[in-house]
Amino acid sequence: MSPLLRVKGISKRYGEHIGCADVSFELHAGEVLAVVGESGSGKSTLLQLLSTRIASDTGSIEYQVTGRGLVDLAHLSEAEQRWLLRTDWGYVEQNPRDGLRMNVSAGANVGERLMAVGARHYGEIRNTATDWLQRVELDAARIDELPTGFSGGMQQRLQIARNLVTRPRLVFMDEPTAGLDVSVQARLLDLLRELVTDLGLAAVIVTHDLAVARLLAHRLLVMRQGRVVETGLTDQVLDDPQHPYTQLLVASVLQV
Amino acid sequence: METLIDVRGLTKAFVLHNRNEARIPVLDDVNLSVAAGECVALAGPSGAGKSTLLRCLYGNYLASAGAVCIRHEGAWVDLARAAPREILAVRLRSLGYVSQFLRVIPRVSTLDVVAEPLRELGIEAAAARTRAANLLARLHLPEYLWHLPPATFSGGEQQRVNIARGLIAKKPVLLLDEPTASLDVANAGRVADLIDEARRNGTAIVGIFHDTVIRDRLATRLHAVSTQPQEIPA
Ligand SMILES: Nc1ncnc2c1ncn2[C@@H]1O[C@H](COP(=O)(O)OP(=O)(O)OP(=O)(O)O)[C@@H](O)[C@H]1O
Ligand SMILES: Nc1ncnc2c1ncn2[C@@H]1O[C@H](COP(=O)(O)OP(=O)(O)OP(=O)(O)O)[C@@H](O)[C@H]1O
Ligand SMILES: [Mg+2]
Ligand SMILES: [Mg+2]
Repeated sequence: MSPLLRVKGISKRYGEHIGCADVSFELHAGEVLAVVGESGSGKSTLLQLLSTRIASDTGSIEYQVTGRGLVDLAHLSEAEQRWLLRTDWGYVEQNPRDGLRMNVSAGANVGERLMAVGARHYGEIRNTATDWLQRVELDAARIDELPTGFSGGMQQRLQIARNLVTRPRLVFMDEPTAGLDVSVQARLLDLLRELVTDLGLAAVIVTHDLAVARLLAHRLLVMRQGRVVETGLTDQVLDDPQHPYTQLLVASVLQV
Repeated sequence: METLIDVRGLTKAFVLHNRNEARIPVLDDVNLSVAAGECVALAGPSGAGKSTLLRCLYGNYLASAGAVCIRHEGAWVDLARAAPREILAVRLRSLGYVSQFLRVIPRVSTLDVVAEPLRELGIEAAAARTRAANLLARLHLPEYLWHLPPATFSGGEQQRVNIARGLIAKKPVLLLDEPTASLDVANAGRVADLIDEARRNGTAIVGIFHDTVIRDRLATRLHAVSTQPQEIPA
């Protein structure tokens, strides 16, 4: 079975500074990969490279485009790349304000992505949006309100609904639970876990929280100074880390 | 009976890179075969490496050398070499593990925690919950607890939830780390009944049982864990 995503030797330099260097991995349909590592280790840079928001200096990223097999993303036109990002992929930002349109209603935030895949019937779009608000445990009665009035946790759930409504096959998430209260985090995590399993999503999730990685991810990629230092089955890497840096990372957390 | 676990030359040492590269040798050249219908009890003093061996059998600890083969869908998979995806596939269909403590998933009800391994095999929610309820009833877990998440349960209640979750999918290979440790005699007996039933139905079991009464009842064979590996007949 060929993978959904195949990444070979990608790198990004910022002048003399390394953003991330020589990263390779494969991701299969339905697989969740967590990227962990200290601040500045290149996690967000990697996510931006994968989602073609920034271009890689080296290597290649191939994606299984429906009906076409594995395609080198560099060979897609800009319109095709945009289409992927709007429909077949999702990108959940750490700060929901960056991933939502704050000047349109909650319902419109969800409906907009549906319209990008060709939905035109107002009533149906509204019904689907209502349905998704409920799936992420938002009060459907607030469908016409602006997200500016929502709490951080509610905004994050709205951003998730906006991303998942088109039934993407691959979702990128940058610290989806950071910056939220612990109790709000737990609820969001549960929800993510449920949605990822129910929809059979493949996901690359950047997190500094090893407990989040343990709960959501099948596999782990540990980064340090722009490079992957260890990779493997999530529970194996966390319970029996091999690399000095991973051992330090795991030991510095009380219990995961 | 068909062999379902085959361990050859398994060696495991931990290297603590941040403690002056200290090397802790735990398992040295372990050989162990377990057939369907057998229950092998790991024996040895505290710190001998019983849990380490069990975790290597689950692919949770990485073998330093040797092979850890598990029978999966008619073929052998060596967990010491398999890709993460393959290990997860083996766990999904062929390999169950009951840890000493339940790792609770916040907010998920007990019934769903127990039903989850069936759901992962594609069994429909209502049917999976019914089987979970039957199993919890056999383990005498009070019914009013079924719809609560197990986070606030007592040690013994959590352990029964853990056992139910480990046994429900009837996987052909089962690993048990102290499954009766926090249970009273009556509850430990019920858990032992279920484990013995699984074995008689052809499950290959490797377990750690501190309680010698339970061990003598369940084990068909003992395997001594030490730096000098040897098999002792039960
Ligand atoms: N646009 C940029 N221009 C210059 N340097 C950058 C740029 N973006 C990132 N970097 C640098 O590249 C390195 C990796 O940054 P990145 O944002 O990927 O880290 P991160 O692992 O996501 O960290 P954090 O956990 O703090 O979010 C850092 O040293 C950062 O300063
Ligand atoms: N993840 C780990 N990292 C480092 N050392 C470990 C790790 N897991 C186990 N060990 C060490 O391996 C040795 C064997 O431990 P293990 O838990 O396997 O013993 P045990 O036989 O199960 O003991 P007990 O009967 O007390 O449960 C111990 O010295 C322990 O400290
Ligand atoms: Mg970042
Ligand atoms: Mg032990």
